[in-house]
Amino acid sequence: MALYSEKVMDHFRNPRNVGAIEDADAVGEVGNAKCGDIMKIYMKIEDDTIVDVKFETFGCGSAIASSSMATELIKGKKLSEALTLTNKAVTEALDGLPAHKIHCSVLAEQAIKSALKNYYIKNNIEYDKTVLPDDIECAHCHEEE
Amino acid sequence: MIYADNAATTKMSKTAINAMLPYMDQVYGNPSSLYAFGQESKEAIEDARSRIAGLLNCEPREIIFTSGGSEADNQAIISAARLGEKKGKKHIISSTIEHHAVLHTLNKLKKEGFEVTLIEVEKETGLINPEDVKAAIKPETCLVTIMYANNEIGTIEPISEIGAICKEAGVIFHTDAVQAAGHMKIDVKAENIDMLSVSAHKFHGPKGIGFLYSKKNINLTNIIDGGAQERGKRAGTENIPAIMGMAAAFEEAVNNAEANKAKLLPLRDKLIAGLSEIPHSVINGSIDKRLPGNVNFCFEGIEGESLLLLLDDKGICASSGSACTSGSLDPSHVLLAIGRIHDVAHGSLRLSITEENTEEEIDYIVKATKEVVEYLRNMSPVWRDLISGKREFIL
Repeated sequence: MALYSEKVMDHFRNPRNVGAIEDADAVGEVGNAKCGDIMKIYMKIEDDTIVDVKFETFGCGSAIASSSMATELIKGKKLSEALTLTNKAVTEALDGLPAHKIHCSVLAEQAIKSALKNYYIKNNIEYDKTVLPDDIECAHCHEEE
Repeated sequence: MIYADNAATTKMSKTAINAMLPYMDQVYGNPSSLYAFGQESKEAIEDARSRIAGLLNCEPREIIFTSGGSEADNQAIISAARLGEKKGKKHIISSTIEHHAVLHTLNKLKKEGFEVTLIEVEKETGLINPEDVKAAIKPETCLVTIMYANNEIGTIEPISEIGAICKEAGVIFHTDAVQAAGHMKIDVKAENIDMLSVSAHKFHGPKGIGFLYSKKNINLTNIIDGGAQERGKRAGTENIPAIMGMAAAFEEAVNNAEANKAKLLPLRDKLIAGLSEIPHSVINGSIDKRLPGNVNFCFEGIEGESLLLLLDDKGICASSGSACTSGSLDPSHVLLAIGRIHDVAHGSLRLSITEENTEEEIDYIVKATKEVVEYLRNMSPVWRDLISGKREFIL
């Protein structure tokens, strides 16, 4: 049995929306190099809609695949919809991830939330702090502490 | 497919396979059985034991067959600890770069109240200074266990120097020789080694078999109880085909070690030279005190698992010390021990080649690695920060 599903390998080998947006309206970055994964999400936003999204990821196969899938799931969506994206949705869309790789999908969810928060703050838009807390962090770094 | 992960396991040699076959369906008697058919099996494994002993310059009775290197490490360390304990000696010396079969056994003993000193290795090379071992020995020291050669970075440790120090101090010296055995000549007497662990599948022998050499005056403690096999020190019906395959593979490997090394060194050095052309990379481990088939690099700005998966797509089997491949959050303890910080240690690549690899394969590995590293760097936010000056290069 392969380590990853066909879907994961497809998104890893042919990542969608990879790259940077120089004049992005929102940028979010989570994770750190010490842990071994960093995800950075760039968005172009018009009329409350994500018209373009790109990502850069330093990380393992499932981190790259999760970023790719997450960007696909929010592209063209309203900000309010993007806010409801969960790591579970990313995992399911990838036809599952190995148990010790679930944190990669969590990171993808957080990278998007972090970008949206960046947008709200930049544009002085009020947002729900329970959904977008001050410290959006890569949870798995703290798991074993 | 290009197989470049021989430190993980090797392809069995034809000699080893052929040596095993008669013991599957022809000479299949139980060596513990009284009748002649059983004794035929007994004679075969005793002959294998003698041949292995001859190659190490020890006595046949000093070889105990085990399920592999991990079991041999466990038994060696536990035995020395139990002997020490009886004399009130509960201090063990080892190093920070040992295999987990050693480190986890030591952790178990720590919980029982043993004191463990882990000698720090030299940064970059991973070499152990024998003087550090000497300085760490106390009246309570019952064991020094230092690996012969490291499985990740390929560094060959100064075993005979450490052996001489232990002999003078009257402390048992064990070495995990899993990566070294079959790749170089080992003489346990000349090198003052009291105990040595070996695994067959690292030198083209079968998996699931290995042995522990243990000097005859050391009373071993059983890890597996329940039978009189291996002079009562390791219960369980002997895996005769595997033992025969191991002995044949060991003979072949030791006898060809010099010739193989001569073939391997130019290939290894070509690989090292090729990978060194990748900017912001570094070789891990000693350059001159290095296993002839080992190459280990860190590439800044990328992560090892994605590197391995893409190399796999290009038909190359390799290994990494990244956290994602180790199954924990931390990258390899060996890379950390030689001074690589986490950020860089995640981007490591180990290639372990054999005399069967060709120059064309080496060229292909270099080309493929260059492409994959560049591809991954181009999608890495860390690399973007490095080249834009937002983050400082480490390598």
